[in-house]
Amino acid sequence: MSAADIKLPNAEQLLNDLAQKIEPLLQANTALVGIQSGGAWLMHRLLVLLADSISTHAIEHGTLDVSFYRDDFAQRGLKSETRPSQIPFDVDNKHIILIDDVFYTGRTTRAAMNELFDYGRPASITLAALVNRGGRELPIAPQIVGVDVPLDAEQNLQLLQHNNGTLYLALQPSLSSTSSSTIKTDSHE
Amino acid sequence: MNNPQLDQDGRLRHLLSIEGLPKKILNQILDTAESFVGVAEREVKKVPLLRGKTVCNLFFENSTRTRTTFEIAAKRLSADVISLNVNSSSQSKGETILDTVDNLIAMHADMFVVRHSQSGAAHFIAKHVPPHIHVINAGDGRHSHPTQGLLDVFTIRKYKPDLHNLRVAIVGDILHSRVARSEIHALTSLGVPEVRVIAPKTLLPAQVEKLGVHVYHDMKVGLKDVDVVMMLRLQNERMSGAMLPSAQEYFKTYGLTQEKLRLAKPDAIVLHPGPMNRGVEIDSSVADGAQSVILPQVTYGIAVRMAVMAMLAGGQGSGTQS
Repeated sequence: MSAADIKLPNAEQLLNDLAQKIEPLLQANTALVGIQSGGAWLMHRLLVLLADSISTHAIEHGTLDVSFYRDDFAQRGLKSETRPSQIPFDVDNKHIILIDDVFYTGRTTRAAMNELFDYGRPASITLAALVNRGGRELPIAPQIVGVDVPLDAEQNLQLLQHNNGTLYLALQPSLSSTSSSTIKTDSHE
Repeated sequence: MNNPQLDQDGRLRHLLSIEGLPKKILNQILDTAESFVGVAEREVKKVPLLRGKTVCNLFFENSTRTRTTFEIAAKRLSADVISLNVNSSSQSKGETILDTVDNLIAMHADMFVVRHSQSGAAHFIAKHVPPHIHVINAGDGRHSHPTQGLLDVFTIRKYKPDLHNLRVAIVGDILHSRVARSEIHALTSLGVPEVRVIAPKTLLPAQVEKLGVHVYHDMKVGLKDVDVVMMLRLQNERMSGAMLPSAQEYFKTYGLTQEKLRLAKPDAIVLHPGPMNRGVEIDSSVADGAQSVILPQVTYGIAVRMAVMAMLAGGQGSGTQS
């Protein structure tokens, strides 16, 4: 399957679908947490799309940069840009909805869960991903998915952002040749 | 030029001095430190980055605060930490520095944090160690104390984010201060337009102007309209001979009092690398006053040292970062 053969779904449409699937889960004691950077963009958009439910239930939100928890740190080191994780609420006993853009191996999710537990003991964690591209390497899978797009290992699907803030999906050059200075460089292995 | 601090891919390999570090790396250290500040405010103040690594604090010269903050930084990164006060052990039995280092490498140390009274000691060790071992200079003689310079700039950036618009005065014993040298290099590399040094002629190195600073001998002139006042400790233990009349006389002329601080901008901040000589270079009312950021410096120092260690330890494998 070459890049040209794949028709990538519209990210904005997927975001609306994801919002509809997440809405029934929102209740008092739920919190939304986006994984940097794509998951954080989605989380901020969900805050707007689900504004009514979010204010009704006083739902809190935060972001995680899992750089300090990645299992490939010894090989790859830190990204040239890390952002502080911001969890400005008490994690204890919260029902966390963890939001990521592209679900792949599950390693990012594992790192995010490890980091969350250093903030406290959540009541539950639910994983929502805009796209599940297949290829998981751990017993971890998203419960809420916008769409499944099976991809080969050498294909690198990324969520990107236009200047006006709208989101789109694109296949980038494979990871080994991706420069760390491009606009969106988080790999989602 | 072969820069021993960087590997062939331009990544940080040792931190020996701020001099010679590209602006990009300086900014990366400061930005990474920003992410580590929050770690200390969590329930679990640890991240697993250096799990299974051994950091060795080699202190050939005493410094309780620096050693403690490096220890805490390494522990918050989940490293195992050994702290050796070498002057009280093998050195007194005649072992050379490199023998000490080789023995610790044989015990599988991964990183050395080195403090020594001789300038160049950390460079000397860095040249000797195999490629997978990293060295951080925690102060060498009069030469350099890069993490202190970095944490000072980090603290300044926290309170005055626009470095390109600042007037900074460094006051006191510039001659004996490795901290001053590191501060000057960090500030000028990061684009601070005006760095002043204020000191008596006897406490200024020859040709200090060549570092790109403006020289003042009178605090009342030098402090005028500055945004940041960085006080230095009067290094009594380094002073041999009569460079100064007396501590009281020094305080009168170069001690920072509320009255002198009023010459600076009203929102100016005051830094001091510690340990302070209250009543010698700084008045207690200033040290404990509203404009003092001396204790935040200590807190941020841990985040900066975590950032340096994390940048050194990561990326041993092949391939680019992603």
